[in-house]
Amino acid sequence: MDLELMLKVYPFFLEAAWVTVLLSVLTAILGLTCGTLGAAARLSRFAYLRFLGAAYVSVFRGTPALIQLFILYFGGPQIGIQLDAFEAGVIGLGINAGAYMTETIRGAIIAVDRGQREAARTLGLSSWQATYKVILPQAARLMVRPLGVNLNMLIKATALVAAIAVVELTYTAQRYIGSTYKPFEMFLLAGILYMIIIYVTGRGVAWLDRKVQIT
Amino acid sequence: MGLDFSIIPKYMDIILLGVAWTIGITVSAALLSFIGGIIFAVIALYAHWIIRQPFRLIEWVFMGTPLLLQLFLIYFGLVQIGIDLPAFIAGIIGLGLHFAVYNSELIQTAILAVDKGQMEAARTLGLSRGQALRKVVIPQAVRDVIPPIGNNMIALLKDSALVSVIGVSELTLSAQRVIGKTYRPFEFYILAAGFYYVINLCMEWVQHKIERRISISR
Repeated sequence: MDLELMLKVYPFFLEAAWVTVLLSVLTAILGLTCGTLGAAARLSRFAYLRFLGAAYVSVFRGTPALIQLFILYFGGPQIGIQLDAFEAGVIGLGINAGAYMTETIRGAIIAVDRGQREAARTLGLSSWQATYKVILPQAARLMVRPLGVNLNMLIKATALVAAIAVVELTYTAQRYIGSTYKPFEMFLLAGILYMIIIYVTGRGVAWLDRKVQIT
Repeated sequence: MGLDFSIIPKYMDIILLGVAWTIGITVSAALLSFIGGIIFAVIALYAHWIIRQPFRLIEWVFMGTPLLLQLFLIYFGLVQIGIDLPAFIAGIIGLGLHFAVYNSELIQTAILAVDKGQMEAARTLGLSRGQALRKVVIPQAVRDVIPPIGNNMIALLKDSALVSVIGVSELTLSAQRVIGKTYRPFEFYILAAGFYYVINLCMEWVQHKIERRISISR
């Protein structure tokens, strides 16, 4: 194990880790937005919206995220979408994560007991009020933990943007493996940073989950 | 540059070869991850703690880091210690081990969910612990765990695209090669996505069939 080399390159990995964090945060925000819209579409009264939502989930969960990223980044210019690698990474991964989150959010909403809506309507709340004041607050509690799993997958999926040359952790590791021929050391550096990011996020989700539960 | 899908048929043979490779790699890695998952689960539940603890650490590392990074480690790491494997074997090992860890989690839960009485009855009938595990407990656990493992296998198909990065000529890299000649990324990546989607639908269909079979046999 070449500790000296690891100490020398470690600042570059730390810098790359921040790019991974930034990517994860932006992707999570976009993913949550897409997921909320997707879930709203899948639960809509209108059949064509339900179909659109289902198609979104099926197509984006049914094909590799890497290919989706390539279509956006390399194929985009052909249909007039010019993005730099970082933007393409955030948008591509965000839309992909949104498909998974759609199912999570939808699952939490339909897990709320039917009687809740019926009771709210009986008490004179409109359909809109019943959704926003009775159903969603309860669903929000149910979705924290599964969204945490989505977030964990999303952080690991940010490694894919290495393939379109965004200088984040995996790309940095790949480059240093190429130039130093020390795969194990570089994996260790990047791996530890990934695990720190994932551990901290996991603790954050667990904290939020405890916070929102009614005991 | 507009879109022109009419050039696809000319390069279809390269893409189809890629499809064959993707299916081959997915099936091999799936088998490895299934057998590996069972072995890992038994180690995690029944091995001596001297084996179990370092093993937990490895599992934790595999679940906490991206697959792409693991593929780089396995591919370049094996070369460093003098094992020069073809890229596709490194890819199969990487995918297989990664998903074996995830399968192991499912199988562990399933083994623990098999009624304790099954093990006790098997032991009473004179089977050794190993025999009881192999012939009584694990077969029942595996049956319970096939539907969720199916989801992992579909995830494996999609993640098999990552091995293109270490130079395995499966569907994604085949598409890239054709794009290198034609400069038509949109058309060929959409085509590749279409093939992945169809394979994915077939796997979902098979999974559905198996699930129904299992629910009847119960």
